[in-house]
Amino acid sequence: MPDHMSDTIPFSAAPHVRLGSSSGQPITRRDGVLKVTGAATYAADNHPAGMLHAVIAVSTIARGRVASLDVAAAKAHPGVVEVITPANRPPLALDPDVKHGMFGFRFDALQNDRVRYAKQPIAVVVAQTLEAATEGARLLSPTYEIEPARIGFDGGEHFDPPMVSIGAPPNFDRGDLAAGLSAAAHLIDTHYETPAQYHNAMEPHAIVAEWDSDRLTIDTPNQAIVMMRGAFAEFFDVPAENVHLRSPFLGGGFGSKAIMAGPHILCILAARMLRRPVKLVLPRDQMYGPVGHRGATQQHLRLGLDAEGRLTALEHHALATTSSFDDFIEAAANASHNLYASPAISTRHRAVRVDIGTPGPMRAPGEASGSAALECALDEAAAACGIDPLEMRLRNYADIDPATGRPYSAKALRACYAQGAERFGWAGRPLAPRQMRCDAGHLIGWGMGSALFPAPMFQAEARATLRADGTALVETAGADMGQGAWTVLAQIAADGLGLDIEKIEFRSGSSDLPDGGVAGGSGHTATAGSALHNAGTDAIAKLAEIAANDPASPLFGTGNAGVEARNGRLYHRSDRSRSESYGDILARAGLATIEGNGKGGRDPAAAEARAMFSHGAVFAEVKVDPDLGQVRVTRLVGAFAAGRIINPRLARSQLYGGMIWGLSFALHEEAIHDRRSGRIINADLAGYHIPVHADIPEMEALLIDEDDPYVNGLGIKGVGEIGITGTVGAIANAIWHATGVRVRRFPIRIEDLIG
Amino acid sequence: MPLSISLVVNGVRKDVVLEDPRVTLLDLLRERVGLTGTKKGCDRGQCGACTVLVDGRRINACLALAVSLDGADVLTIEGLAKGGQLDPVQAAFIAHDGFQCGFCTPGQIMSAVGLIREGEAGDDPERIREGMSGNLCRCGAYVGIIEAVRDARKQLAISANEDRRVA
Repeated sequence: MPDHMSDTIPFSAAPHVRLGSSSGQPITRRDGVLKVTGAATYAADNHPAGMLHAVIAVSTIARGRVASLDVAAAKAHPGVVEVITPANRPPLALDPDVKHGMFGFRFDALQNDRVRYAKQPIAVVVAQTLEAATEGARLLSPTYEIEPARIGFDGGEHFDPPMVSIGAPPNFDRGDLAAGLSAAAHLIDTHYETPAQYHNAMEPHAIVAEWDSDRLTIDTPNQAIVMMRGAFAEFFDVPAENVHLRSPFLGGGFGSKAIMAGPHILCILAARMLRRPVKLVLPRDQMYGPVGHRGATQQHLRLGLDAEGRLTALEHHALATTSSFDDFIEAAANASHNLYASPAISTRHRAVRVDIGTPGPMRAPGEASGSAALECALDEAAAACGIDPLEMRLRNYADIDPATGRPYSAKALRACYAQGAERFGWAGRPLAPRQMRCDAGHLIGWGMGSALFPAPMFQAEARATLRADGTALVETAGADMGQGAWTVLAQIAADGLGLDIEKIEFRSGSSDLPDGGVAGGSGHTATAGSALHNAGTDAIAKLAEIAANDPASPLFGTGNAGVEARNGRLYHRSDRSRSESYGDILARAGLATIEGNGKGGRDPAAAEARAMFSHGAVFAEVKVDPDLGQVRVTRLVGAFAAGRIINPRLARSQLYGGMIWGLSFALHEEAIHDRRSGRIINADLAGYHIPVHADIPEMEALLIDEDDPYVNGLGIKGVGEIGITGTVGAIANAIWHATGVRVRRFPIRIEDLIG
Repeated sequence: MPLSISLVVNGVRKDVVLEDPRVTLLDLLRERVGLTGTKKGCDRGQCGACTVLVDGRRINACLALAVSLDGADVLTIEGLAKGGQLDPVQAAFIAHDGFQCGFCTPGQIMSAVGLIREGEAGDDPERIREGMSGNLCRCGAYVGIIEAVRDARKQLAISANEDRRVA
């Protein structure tokens, strides 16, 4: 056999993979019909035969212990099958009070009678019907030994956290802060406060658990399907492969569906105990306790500036709330690391333990809160220096990453500023506040903010199987919580295989598939997408090898570097007349299918050499009623550079969503605690405000071209979270520009603006 | 004491024996009739995810007790597409990307169908936003939803005119 392999080089994810025709197309969602007809199945839509309903009874105190539960009354209610309390709760293989793994959180699963936050699970009632379980839970009528609740920044013990967010160092110093501050012509010393916020995905956390001997099937929305399968398995001492976690659709996640929580464990326990399938859906109010939230922060910033408005020093300190029993520290101060050039940057985090459920990652964790404060502080600095806020940001433009000194992998932020400003009509904005009014006499203000979000990659695997009929099956356990993974990942896979997307069958959202990694950190498309693309090119390489070695093929003698895959055919790169369809190659080889496998992950060398971020600029217009203080955001324009955009229609939706979260942060969201009881007094969607249709202004999200040759072979960054950053500050700054009032706590309220 | 009621759901008569008078229309649909397209987001009438049409009027199915609906005509998301053809509102939601996670979508669409039939809002985006404000979307798909409602309303108006001409 002639050696035709010598010119065959292994396919690698070299920078600048040329993508085919699917990527870049604004195709509509592949799951669209399922979602508009009600046929998309979310976890709570499952109803296996013989299923029972579980309802959790939760504590109405924030600290103390449960003294009594009227189990007899609950059990006597018609339809109630079982009541689970710490007294009869079957053992778990792992202690929920010990952290397991990097993403492990301590949680409450009836391990004892202690209460450490309001809405903590204290019992589970299982019944034939939801109505009976709900009434049974009410009949438990708990009594408590109450200890005083520690609530608020001054309510609990302050401490220096060993780490912030997930595994990040709490403190950072670069340059000589004291020298920078003393050299400053202007000093801004300011503070901002952000509240506790709750994810409130429209789909409440839900799980349907069914045991078959030692095999467990769980339907539950999850952002990290394969990793969490393993975590569930460990708590029940079964091999990971015995657990099947199905999560085809998540009704929103925003970080809250990436971590282990007590209710899920309790439902699985109940199903095992009763040998029946059990469904548990958290009522909305129970979403304000055991399933995470964004911790509140108090932030203190000091900015030193020279006479021209250039930063000489940037100091950002944050104090964040966490629970009495676990740490998740909102890494707000880290927002000052990578955006503005300053010879000295110093950031610190402190934390305070209060009697609340443990916070967790919530859409743009750290970045959202920190950016809100930083962008307002920059605006204060611009006003102090008498400089336009956009010019202020240009003067402090960072051409290299201030935190590491590394060049950016790509940074089209100047284009974002320019194109966003032009579309908004920023030029001519008066410097002083209270200069513009509409015909109705309302004050008009214009504000802006810079947006920045990291472009991480995690680890993912994928499989691509070419079939003789010219179609392909591509598989990875990805998670679509609305960002469009069903569509965007299939587009990337199609290009990896050189096939039209209509030929692609995509399987995802199930733990029996290759590990798709985590849908979080705005890194899912880049990571799972790279894995899928690599799986496709692996399959094509194998196919090319067959053709190259087959004397009957027009591609005989061609190494796989010499062929190109397009529209279901392999073409000779320099002689287009030589080509053959995938099906013909497989048929002659007597193969029904050929399988390729791929991994996605960051190139470690690139990670060491470059700073990788998505960037953007957000411009906001507000109208404020000068008598009533009522604020309306009337226009929002964002311009974002986030590498290669696979699907502009869906990317724009992500950016709109983020910007609306920014509007919500600025004007709506806040969990309000009763300091005496420790309870959240607005734990529902009537009292906890998120924007409704009527709150939404005219919006535009511009996608700025950015070619990033380093971030990964596909040039993909993320768009899921960046829209929040920049927007909060832009709106707050516009309110200052309208009114002259600088509000230092979020959300900004009517009472902050009048009187 | 079991209670018998009879309703028409998506054109099909359903005779239901309710073992429990506390059952809401939403839980009847989801847990007893097997129509899970209608979603439960809050169970308190605060989010609109469970919006259905009852006798042509949009309501929150979580706030209606099933026993009170004997004889009612209920239209849910599953009954909107006819003969394999999407309703213009459904098609417009896809075209304008008027959803992300999809969980509030059945409620948004049923609310939009109701709003368009009510005819009050016309093509005024402000009034459409006001009229849709009982339907929350946490993903923030509001821009696409309003575009979809306006587009669908136009399509429906055109086809209504064509129907009139044919008649």
